[in-house]
Amino acid sequence: MTIFTPKTEDEIVEAVQWALSENAPVEVVGHGSKRNLGRPLQTEHTIALSEYSGVTLYEPDELVLSAKAGTSIVELETLLAEHGQAFQFEPMDYGPLLGQAAGQGTFGSLLATNLCGPRRLKSGSARDHVLGVRVVSGRGELFKSGGRVVKNVTGYDLSKGMANSWGTLGIATEITFKVLPAPETETTLVVRGLADDEAARAMAIAMGSSGEVASAAHLPLNVSGRVIDGDLKGDASTLLRLEGFAPSVNDRAAMLKGLLASAGTIVEVAGDTSHKLWQQIRDVIPFADGTEHPVWRVSMVPMEAYKLVASLRMGAAVDAFYDWQGGLVWLRMEGEPEAEAVRALIKKYGGGHATLVRASTSVRAALPVFEPQPAPLAALSKRLKQQFDPSGILNPGRMVAGV
Amino acid sequence: MSGLLMPKADDATMSRRPDIVTALRAIVPGEGVVDATNAMRVFESDALTAYRQLPLVVVLPQTVAQVSRILKYCHENNVKVVPRGSGTSLSGGALPLEDAVLLVMSRFNQILEVDYPNRVAVVQPGVTNLGITKAVEHEGFYYAPDPSSQIACSIGGNVAENSGGVHCLKYGLTANNVLGLEMVLITGEVVRLGGKHLDSEGYDLLGLMTGSEGLLGVVTEVTVRILQKPATARALMVGFPTSEQAGKCVADIIAGGIIPGGMEMMDRPAIHAAEDFVHAGYPLDVEALLIIELDGPVVEVDHLISMVEAIAYKNGASTCVISQSEEERMAFWAGRKAAFPAVGRISPDYLCMDGTIPRKELPKVLAGMRELSEKYGLRVANVFHAGDGNLHPLILYDANIPEELHKAEDFGADILRLCVKVGGVLTGEHGVGVEKRELMPEMFNEIDLNQQIRVKCAFDDKHLLNPGKVFPQLHRCAELGRMHVHRGQVPFPEIPRF
Repeated sequence: MTIFTPKTEDEIVEAVQWALSENAPVEVVGHGSKRNLGRPLQTEHTIALSEYSGVTLYEPDELVLSAKAGTSIVELETLLAEHGQAFQFEPMDYGPLLGQAAGQGTFGSLLATNLCGPRRLKSGSARDHVLGVRVVSGRGELFKSGGRVVKNVTGYDLSKGMANSWGTLGIATEITFKVLPAPETETTLVVRGLADDEAARAMAIAMGSSGEVASAAHLPLNVSGRVIDGDLKGDASTLLRLEGFAPSVNDRAAMLKGLLASAGTIVEVAGDTSHKLWQQIRDVIPFADGTEHPVWRVSMVPMEAYKLVASLRMGAAVDAFYDWQGGLVWLRMEGEPEAEAVRALIKKYGGGHATLVRASTSVRAALPVFEPQPAPLAALSKRLKQQFDPSGILNPGRMVAGV
Repeated sequence: MSGLLMPKADDATMSRRPDIVTALRAIVPGEGVVDATNAMRVFESDALTAYRQLPLVVVLPQTVAQVSRILKYCHENNVKVVPRGSGTSLSGGALPLEDAVLLVMSRFNQILEVDYPNRVAVVQPGVTNLGITKAVEHEGFYYAPDPSSQIACSIGGNVAENSGGVHCLKYGLTANNVLGLEMVLITGEVVRLGGKHLDSEGYDLLGLMTGSEGLLGVVTEVTVRILQKPATARALMVGFPTSEQAGKCVADIIAGGIIPGGMEMMDRPAIHAAEDFVHAGYPLDVEALLIIELDGPVVEVDHLISMVEAIAYKNGASTCVISQSEEERMAFWAGRKAAFPAVGRISPDYLCMDGTIPRKELPKVLAGMRELSEKYGLRVANVFHAGDGNLHPLILYDANIPEELHKAEDFGADILRLCVKVGGVLTGEHGVGVEKRELMPEMFNEIDLNQQIRVKCAFDDKHLLNPGKVFPQLHRCAELGRMHVHRGQVPFPEIPRF
């Protein structure tokens, strides 16, 4: 067993070329914080990028940041915060949900797993903010795509092509992201006591208004008490986050309170508490219970998702809460993952996809962790993998068995 | 077609033309197949009218099943296919080939569904960009990306080119506003990427498709995000004694945490040309003019206007006017939007370039262009999407003077090389097409380009879809990136270009 910890881009190329020459599949990791996510690997060797780190370009006035793949996300967020900026896509931290320490993730994983957070609806995910990449493909060749500017249509967008590829196409050695000003002020309106379907309608009204709502989430009664030290316990909470300059935030909060006056009692969670609340929703803290009970991450049409949860509840013990105006459902199963039932219901209610983000290693090896694709699409994905990694040496089987 | 090397027409395909026409007629009945030379003439070029070529035959399908059968037939019979939307490409992306079927998607012109609670619209690819906004504006919604040709360009073409617009720093490009596609592969297989839900279960094929210039698949349905229209918009018109000060002002606005809806810059020649043409009230004693638009809730816009005004004066603005009415805001824009035709009035011909640079490099690039201008003995006027660094230099020349076109082309190529040298790119929004494909090696080495071509191989192993576009051909040619405009004969004269 060999663990490569390359310190230069040349060493990354050499490590991949070694794997090619030995025909030895390798696991590609940063610090390994997401080993318990996705399909488990059975490779003998590892390329760990943890020592290939550092910021290579940060120009706040230009809204651009480049760093090497092994750089700590927390360090980068701290650097950005010092300049009043942030990754607007608000990357979640899987650590707490997977029973690990928070703050372990590396920069490369932002794109490789296409991380995002509660601002997804308004601000997109990592794939919407990536500007350029340098990548070592499974052919052991270093290529670049994109650049450091926002407006660029020169050639195919291989930067986006690397998004959500889980290290199976190539090793992104250096990535350039657009960064943006962090909001000056934030506050959260909390509508109390709504059922899931009522919450979906209230969130749709808010998101479709001129209130410029940055995030909309719904915590049903039994989840509501598990955030911000139990401040919201006792009733379901439908949350609307407003961000921006203070006069604008205040104005929009007043408008939305009027718009939703008939929906239920509205309270406000302001400032740092609001910030903490959305971080906890982002990181799925309500289900970070130290167990291996299966947790699904389901992306669906916002107005359909609550129907999936209602149907599941008739046959199994599930806990659920919603982000993205209802379109992102976090499901915690008390017993079995019920993969077939979950996926059949997604198809029934408008389509989407479910990822089994927490389960024991044996369960993740036995079940399709990622949503299976229809045959022509699965074949296309496989052809793409072959074009980047014809020998199948990079993270084989990480996403789909045999690919 | 002088000077442009396209893949050699395949004699075998040409000789099978009658069979191909018959086969297509069996798939698309009636007037959906056009093979008469005169009738095909309207399709012989897109908005890059310097290049013209009659296609082998034109087919205008109406259903997804027809598109699928056409592509399957072409794949099985090794016939090339060039997809076309509205034909407004500025880079020759829809230029026909002598031995290729031209697949025109204009009959796919229906809005299939508008879903307000989920804030999406599902449309056919031939619907125009503005057509989406028109279909939802009565409910206060709009589709955000707004390329200047939005009254004519199709959403399918926008997907192919990843079209931008003046508002993309704040609202994103096409890639950030498209949630789903239905597309047909060259094999005839129909696949769906994304939908009304977010993100992909696997590889981001939607991201790869967007901006792929019709080389990977044919889009048959598009699901887009629609947004609530901002409550209000106001603009500032700010003049500066130097372009450095204007550039610093832009940087300070962004450093102040403000992302304007639009932020445009013009240099002295562009200001004068525009003012002489439309009398927008632009100051004539400045070197650079900024038009900065703030949009959003009224309270927010008023707050930001005062912040931006303070930043402008701090950076030495010699004039700063704030729009007090919608008419005044539109007047500020009128000059900017008329910049291209205004330049067309002061010069018999011009070339329009499209590079992107890091914003801070603007003074260096402008100085470099002044030097090149002297070297080539040609004038240049600049308009600049200052928020996102997308630069449109307009090179003025007279095609009736021998060698002047050639000089202008060399000048243009040098400008794009300068853009790449300072960390920028060859094309910000017009696409590579046939126009800039030979310049690709300025930005990418052979390994970079080969990996892009391998993506093509995964989608289209026989290279039948839109061949000859985007990637350099085996031999270089002198043609370089620009839009030809001769004696004001702008392609699609009714479409504003800015």
